[in-house]
Amino acid sequence: MSDIQPRIVFEQAPQGMHARLLGLWTAENLAVPAHWDALQAALGDLPQEWRSWHWDLRQLQRMDHTGAQLLWNAWYRQWPDTLHTSAAQRAMLERVAQFSSVLPPRRRQTALDMFLRLGAVVVRVEEHVVGAVRLLGQLLLDAIQLVRAPRAGPWRDVSGHLYRIGATALPITALVGFLIGVVLAYLMAQQLRQFGADAFIVNILGVALIRELGPMLAAILIAGRSGSAITAQIGVMRVTEELDAMKVMGIPTGFRLVLPRAIALVIAMPLLAVWTTLAALLGGMLASDLVMGLTPAYFVTALAKAVQVSNLWLALGKSAVFGLMIALIGCHYGLRIKPNTQSLGEGTTASVVTSITMVILVDAMFAVVFKNVGI
Amino acid sequence: MDPHAPPLHGSLPPGGDLPRGGPAAGCMSTHPPPIVEIRDLWSGFRNGGVETLIHKDLNLSIAKGELLSIVGGSGSGKTVLLRQILGLETPMRGSIEVLGRPAAELTHAGAASRVGMLFQHGALYSAFTVLENIAFPLRELKALPEDLVRDAVMVKLQMVGLDPSHAHKMPADLSGGMIKRVALARALIMDPPLLLLDEPTAGLDPDRSDAFCTLVRSLHQELGLTVVMVTHDLDTIYEISTRVAVVADKHVIVNAPPREVIAFDHPFVRNFFLGGRGLRAMELLRLHPTDV
Repeated sequence: MSDIQPRIVFEQAPQGMHARLLGLWTAENLAVPAHWDALQAALGDLPQEWRSWHWDLRQLQRMDHTGAQLLWNAWYRQWPDTLHTSAAQRAMLERVAQFSSVLPPRRRQTALDMFLRLGAVVVRVEEHVVGAVRLLGQLLLDAIQLVRAPRAGPWRDVSGHLYRIGATALPITALVGFLIGVVLAYLMAQQLRQFGADAFIVNILGVALIRELGPMLAAILIAGRSGSAITAQIGVMRVTEELDAMKVMGIPTGFRLVLPRAIALVIAMPLLAVWTTLAALLGGMLASDLVMGLTPAYFVTALAKAVQVSNLWLALGKSAVFGLMIALIGCHYGLRIKPNTQSLGEGTTASVVTSITMVILVDAMFAVVFKNVGI
Repeated sequence: MDPHAPPLHGSLPPGGDLPRGGPAAGCMSTHPPPIVEIRDLWSGFRNGGVETLIHKDLNLSIAKGELLSIVGGSGSGKTVLLRQILGLETPMRGSIEVLGRPAAELTHAGAASRVGMLFQHGALYSAFTVLENIAFPLRELKALPEDLVRDAVMVKLQMVGLDPSHAHKMPADLSGGMIKRVALARALIMDPPLLLLDEPTAGLDPDRSDAFCTLVRSLHQELGLTVVMVTHDLDTIYEISTRVAVVADKHVIVNAPPREVIAFDHPFVRNFFLGGRGLRAMELLRLHPTDV
């Protein structure tokens, strides 16, 4: 099937040069590298006298618009003097000739554009801040309304979100917590053994896991898992005009979308933090038993002495704050999504990055503010 | 327009090769190989353990150069049929051949040069500009130089009646009619011999829908395309199709030129074509005597 190779045969005849086009001049066939290179060599720079040649397209197997365009461009976008074609080929070439126009250039960037872009950044930051404050304020108002009329609350939504955000996250948080506990215990055991301070592993694990790592791990996992889901859910509702449908029915989106998610996360986050901490402690306890021979019974009794209860309250408190933040950031980005898929992807990414960053930032603030508590 | 216009039965060609009932396979004989050949197709879906059958022993053959409208009631599986022709869905039983090859192979590399599809909502890539959307199949070949690709895109863009100045716009900035035109230009960029349209005029105002029909008809004639479309729009059916295939009772009950389909005796055909809307739209048959 070498017959399909697009090519031109030049023949010297008494009346002048004849150029016969052969083969399959379609985009797919032209794109075969060997075909393209060979054709480019033949057609690349036609000499001055190309117009006086006799061009014959009648033996072509097939030509599509891309092939016709290639030929037209090779002809310097002019008609040759003598051209033999079928009616369809001529129609195609005429269409290409008629519509071959120069692409209007994109507007060039000017210094003014860049200056204006700087302003746009400021405006966007302002929009974010205003949006976040408005969301928080609306949540507060909704919460007051909920307290006044608890029966009218979106409790069914809350319970659904509790299940999806909280219950279904139990396995993954437990697994991650357990493994971190094991890793931490192994590392610490090595170091402590050098000082003969083996028993202090309980203190280190207890304070680190209960006060910091448990809540942090849970919050980061939930920010990645549920923060993105919240943004995507609300974003898809925007794309499919569900948000508008809710507004038209007179259902406040804040009360029905933001409030239930916030409540669910504020409840679920501390529970998940405790759950993750327990799994991590279990991992640490097992590892200490294996590496240093600390019995679980000793671990549990020593833990109670090493860690004050206030640490637990601190962990619960900041977990609730993390939960609220993740819900608000997820909803904030979800409500800002524009009705196209690219915006959906960007919004989801921004939501996860922001909520993880904020979780770590707020954790650091907690650490500074409560440095005298529980240690 | 007179809603009580006399029915067209009188003006039908006498006799003719009206298909009789039953699984009316394309009554075209086989001398040129059909572009699409569907044999004994069964399809259905399972929803909560309940199996619903959509097609049962459906036969349809589409000859080269046809402009075929597939019509049928809601849920009669017209769009499913289109997706099966495209190889996007696998039927339960039966065979579908497109351009002489099984439909399942259609989505393999190079599909854009075999078949073009206009999705109901355009399905433009929202992250790309109009230019990039139309150029996408050509650029995927990764061999053609950028200026040739751009020229080819500009030709297709103007062929579907859009101004070159729209080339750098994003799909989100286009109106419904423009989206359809861009999607059509993208479907046609590789000049495929077969073009499928899913509800091409849905969501367009009458003016634009007329313009779109004219466009499809002229492309069909100029490019020698075979066009298969699913539509509810009677005006579109009368104005441009050369054949109409009616899907009802889980199979194609009739596949014939529009005038013959109207005369076919079946409850669905009577309701669909000879209801009030149908009679009004039928005026078009007189205004535009169906060509071919």
